[in-house]
Amino acid sequence: MAVLTMRDALNQAMKEEMARDPSVFILGEEVGAYQGAYKVTQGLLAQFGEWRVRDTPIAEEVIAGVAVGAAFIGLRPIAEMMTFNFSLLALDMIINHAAKYRYMSGGQVRCPMVMRGPSGAAAQVAAQHSQAFESIYAHVPGLVVAMPATPKDAKGMLKSAIRDDNPVIFLENEVLYNLKGEVPEAEYHIPLGLAEVKRPGRDVTIVAWSRSCITALAAATKLAEEGIEAEVVDPRTLRPLDEDVIFDSVRRTNRCVVAEEGWRMAGFGAEISDRVQRACFDELDAPVVRVTAEDVPMPYAKTLEKAYLPQPEKIVDAVRQVMYR
Amino acid sequence: MIREEAFALYRQMLLIRRFEERCAQLYVEGRIGGFLHLYIGQEAVGVGAMSVMRPDDYLIAYYRDHGYALARGADPRLLLAELCGKFTGISRGKGGSMHFYDVPRGNFGGDGIVGGHLPLAAGIGYGIRLKDTDQVCLCFFGDGAVNEGAFHESLNVSALWDLPVVYIIENNRYGMGTSIDRASSVKDLYQRASAYGIPRREVNGMDLLAVRTAVAEAIERARTDKRPTLLEAETYRYRGHSMSDPGKYRTKEEVEEMMKSDPILLWGKRLIEQERFSQADLDAVDKEVLAQMEATVAFVESSPDPPPESMYEDVYVRSPYINMKAAEKDPAWRSAIKEDRMPPTLPPPTAAPAPEARPAAPPAESKPAAGAPAAPNPAEAAVQATAKVGS
Ligand SMILES: Cc1ncc(C[n+]2csc(CCOP(=O)(O)OP(=O)(O)O)c2C)c(N)n1
Ligand SMILES: [Mg+2]
Repeated sequence: MAVLTMRDALNQAMKEEMARDPSVFILGEEVGAYQGAYKVTQGLLAQFGEWRVRDTPIAEEVIAGVAVGAAFIGLRPIAEMMTFNFSLLALDMIINHAAKYRYMSGGQVRCPMVMRGPSGAAAQVAAQHSQAFESIYAHVPGLVVAMPATPKDAKGMLKSAIRDDNPVIFLENEVLYNLKGEVPEAEYHIPLGLAEVKRPGRDVTIVAWSRSCITALAAATKLAEEGIEAEVVDPRTLRPLDEDVIFDSVRRTNRCVVAEEGWRMAGFGAEISDRVQRACFDELDAPVVRVTAEDVPMPYAKTLEKAYLPQPEKIVDAVRQVMYR
Repeated sequence: MIREEAFALYRQMLLIRRFEERCAQLYVEGRIGGFLHLYIGQEAVGVGAMSVMRPDDYLIAYYRDHGYALARGADPRLLLAELCGKFTGISRGKGGSMHFYDVPRGNFGGDGIVGGHLPLAAGIGYGIRLKDTDQVCLCFFGDGAVNEGAFHESLNVSALWDLPVVYIIENNRYGMGTSIDRASSVKDLYQRASAYGIPRREVNGMDLLAVRTAVAEAIERARTDKRPTLLEAETYRYRGHSMSDPGKYRTKEEVEEMMKSDPILLWGKRLIEQERFSQADLDAVDKEVLAQMEATVAFVESSPDPPPESMYEDVYVRSPYINMKAAEKDPAWRSAIKEDRMPPTLPPPTAAPAPEARPAAPPAESKPAAGAPAAPNPAEAAVQATAKVGS
């Protein structure tokens, strides 16, 4: 195993898939000559040339639309959003087009594209640059929504996303780009829709993905000091959701906390909470508790930003709540 | 253009006209639902443009899309079945009037979002460049779409990256009830392309030959020089925006004036004056087209509604890169197949074959049946074709 950052793992996934399949290409703002706004596409322009690593104008709708149209005729585009905050300008391409053409055409069209980039809060960039949109994308039938939390998952899942024939929304997290982890040296991929227990434990299940999964692991370490063994389940993909791994865990621990970086109102955690409470009703010893971002736009000030986001302490409190401690 | 082709184009325009007149009737009878946007008056644009496309070229269009599908050779039976929400419809009853796709003919269909398919056309153009073929993509949209941001983003990258896309504005002077004068700061819409340094011109959209010439020139530029073009076809829709629009924003006189330059009328005149056809020839083809429409309606009448489970089909593509065991809890994933479903080729619209046309005995390895099955009628053939894929 090699130790890589999330950034390098993502870079390797794209590099390997582009070398393997000439129909894969990347487009987005600053992906080429600038080497990526977050350097995720570093070195790819030099290796693959401008037609396969295409710097675009600042025009999110056409970035996404070019990906959709090219996918219709058999290419495998990777559209990078500089951050997913700007994907709002491309929502029509994704929701009305990428997710709909197969259905509206009665199965004639397929859209094998990936839209990827950082999502969620960065550091002190305020309300327009710190949003978690997985709940919006996961709401839409026709899309696949993937959110890796570790370098290994990032590489293996991005490879699947590129090879898959459905439109995949691949949400990375800027704060995690420097996170290091072991990544297999041999060729591998991780199927989408496959959850993973990131930390085993018998007392409580914490379901969390992307950065919140890392936060949950930190909370689990703190809880272990109190003698509470938390099991951390990372769904890794929100749509399709591998609910059995979550249910299995909850049936063993009888308690469940869901942590996410998005807003509480209609957030994806509500979907998980709903499914758990229906599937595991008899096994639950407490109602499912959700930890979310606060239901306000993200503030700028450092202290407020910290208070806004799910922190290990908030997850610890939620666990105490479901354990009646 | 050879004489036979000129006549065939007349027939195509006429088929579109008669098809849509029939649609309007069926809509009033409640057999077609939703939005129905008729192309009546604009036929020369689609037919003229399509007549100079190559079979391997692509097109993508907006929701006023019946004419493109017909001109590109889709079976009218599949199209009318789609309008009536039948399982035999070209989109299996999931698209309706605004969403006629016919991918085997390179037709990426009708888009319901004003301007929403222009970025996709640029994407098809980009894909063509990456594949390094000499195909082109034609993209049709209304005068309303030029005010959407997507129009500008698409034109910019098409020029910037040399994409082989021909953008064609069907300027029928109104976007719903809003005239160009009230919607566009520049009245000559094709001039908008000057902002992007794109070759541009306007063309009389009522004149089939003019459209053909302009589109052929633009296609050649796309094919050879990889340069996009913006064409503005001056045309007119005789009917309301959709069936629910009484058209109070324009005068009867205006409509009547425009109908004097009806594209089918003009082309018929030309056939008689310059191509040695007679009025009797034109009348005969009209009769033939009307008979074809009868067979088309008969096909729809013998077509079933979509079975309820088909609702879950065609959302996803079955994939080895998805954990299907988990995904299959969702009926949309359970129904997903690996293949694409292409519209069937139907037997010609004739009566059921005579009994002696059946094979004398079934082949030895086939299941013993109580009498050989009758050759399916077109609707059955369509149902079988649409159900068969992947199962
Ligand atoms: C983005 C968007 N906004 C509004 C509508 C509603 N709408 C449908 S058609 C139409 C008028 C479009 O006019 P034009 O582009 O001129 O095409 P025409 O119908 O005249 O052929 C409007 C406003 C829509 N479908 N999509
Ligand atoms: Mg119009």
